[in-house]
Amino acid sequence: MYPPLPNPSVQPSAMQYGQEDLVRRSASTVPTPPRQLTPVAKLIDVSKCIGCKACQVACLEWNDMREEVGVNTGVYENPHDLTPASFTLMRFTEWENGETGNLEWLIRKDGCMHCGDPGCLKACPAPGAIVQYSNGIVDFVKENCIGCGYCVKGCPFNIPRISKVDHKAYKCTLCSDRVAVGQGPACAKACPTQAIVFGPKEDMIQHANARIEDLKSRGFQNAGLYDPPGVGGTHVMYVLHHADKPEIYADLPKDPKISPVVELWKGLTKYAGLTAIASFVGIGFLHHIVSGANRVSAEDERNAKRLTENQPGGG
Amino acid sequence: MERPYDVGPDDKVHPGDPVTVDRYTPAARINHWITAASLVLLALSGLALFHPSLFFLTGLFGGGETTRAIHPWIGVVLFFGFLGLFLRFWRANLWRGEDGTWMRRLSDVLRGHEENVPEVGKYNAGQKLYFWTMSVLIIIMIGSGVVLWDQYFAEYTSVGQKRAAVLIHAVGAVVSICVWIVHVYAAIWVRGTIRAMVKGSVTGGWAWRHHRKWLRELVTGKRDDQGSGAKPAE
Ligand code: HEM
Ligand code: SF4
Repeated sequence: MYPPLPNPSVQPSAMQYGQEDLVRRSASTVPTPPRQLTPVAKLIDVSKCIGCKACQVACLEWNDMREEVGVNTGVYENPHDLTPASFTLMRFTEWENGETGNLEWLIRKDGCMHCGDPGCLKACPAPGAIVQYSNGIVDFVKENCIGCGYCVKGCPFNIPRISKVDHKAYKCTLCSDRVAVGQGPACAKACPTQAIVFGPKEDMIQHANARIEDLKSRGFQNAGLYDPPGVGGTHVMYVLHHADKPEIYADLPKDPKISPVVELWKGLTKYAGLTAIASFVGIGFLHHIVSGANRVSAEDERNAKRLTENQPGGG
Repeated sequence: MERPYDVGPDDKVHPGDPVTVDRYTPAARINHWITAASLVLLALSGLALFHPSLFFLTGLFGGGETTRAIHPWIGVVLFFGFLGLFLRFWRANLWRGEDGTWMRRLSDVLRGHEENVPEVGKYNAGQKLYFWTMSVLIIIMIGSGVVLWDQYFAEYTSVGQKRAAVLIHAVGAVVSICVWIVHVYAAIWVRGTIRAMVKGSVTGGWAWRHHRKWLRELVTGKRDDQGSGAKPAE
């Protein structure tokens, strides 16, 4: 078992990282950070989750959010989707295993994956509204967010949600504020089965490998780690008993990457667009310099006068 | 007597020195300038989000959040403004036989040799092309813009559709801005044009030089299709 997160000290402690540790900042550049923080990760072992939703509650609690009382539509998901308040959501799937004939109840804790190459950050037009620290945490900075919803389009996992109240984007912060003072995410702290563990990414991979071996020994041949390379790896990883079919876990994408449409929009379009606009202005200036103004001559005025006086058909 | 397709009900020649010709009614001019102002404001507020180097433009609108909130509303003004212009001007912008020839001799026009192109009505082929291109672009922009308007319409489309919309909107914006630059440039280059949209009238000489067929129609009060000596050889 991975050692549980220690209880925090009651003494105030200084932040262990800050602005100087940013490796990416939306719509802006950052200086190279003076040091590299140890990459961290949250590992969610789907095979250990009992779907109690303690993590969901802990998340609301720590972030001081409330969900409205909802409605029951006959499924366990509650609320029915991620919301600006619920940064994490247990998704339940009843899956019939064709090989064994067993009905498997798959439970996946959905939320921000903290991509190595975050699509939200790439899409965001507001300087500093999305930041990435060198430990891998991708955070939203509310003060800088303008509520445009571009991050929603950039995200390969469909995670950010825009509040209808303050029109700001919200998602899991990986409890960046807790991690900065040496603690772990609230969800990991609350999980009664250690299905959620948090630590250096390397340790998490090692721990996952032991879990995968265990699962394989119990007949889950395709057990594996979900750390998709298409988005530069993630700082939230899953141990899946059917890692060959991630999509059975409530549509977890098999090979997520930033959509080519988003790449095109944020890449070529920007450069070609600005160049095109500048060229049109430039061509206008050049044309005017070369051919001069197109002026009405005195002759034209005389012709018009003649036409109006001896109509029809003068000139 | 039937009015030629390109002659507006209020287009009128006033003999004098110089001759002046009414081209736009006050209502048409107000309509035009509302549309123009909204297009400029849309371009500025949109470009602010288009590229980080232009984000400072949000300052013109009171910050990033208000820019985000106000842009789509200006879009609504643009849409109805343009709709007004469309209903006023569409007939005069119908494509005619001489327009193809005019277009093929565009290089003459650009070199200031308008004597080498056919006489044209109230609008030349370039102006007509601008009119129709803008009509299509504005439909594209409002269509894709509404899909991006998360504050009210987020629920109605999927993320995939929103991605397509944002790409279409961005490319559409670039094309619209480029086409609009040509429009503004033409109005500046061809001296005496801007007064048409400011005062509502042009001089007879301007009409003679650039829209002779229209001027003839106005003078004779009917379509002038027998041609005249001033017409260049085809
Ligand atoms: C006609 C109705 C229009 C609507 C409803 C509309 C709506 C929108 C919306 C919702 C956005 C996302 C940001 C925001 O919420 O403010 C946006 C972005 C943008 N709009 Fe519009 N818009 C319209 C017309 C135009 C026009 C005519 C132009 C340019 C001439 C334009 C240029 C842009 C640009 C450049 C962006 C940024 C795209 C990017 O970030 O790549 N829009 N528009
Ligand atoms: S909603 Fe906020 S965080 Fe998301 S892309 Fe827009 S400005 Fe950035």
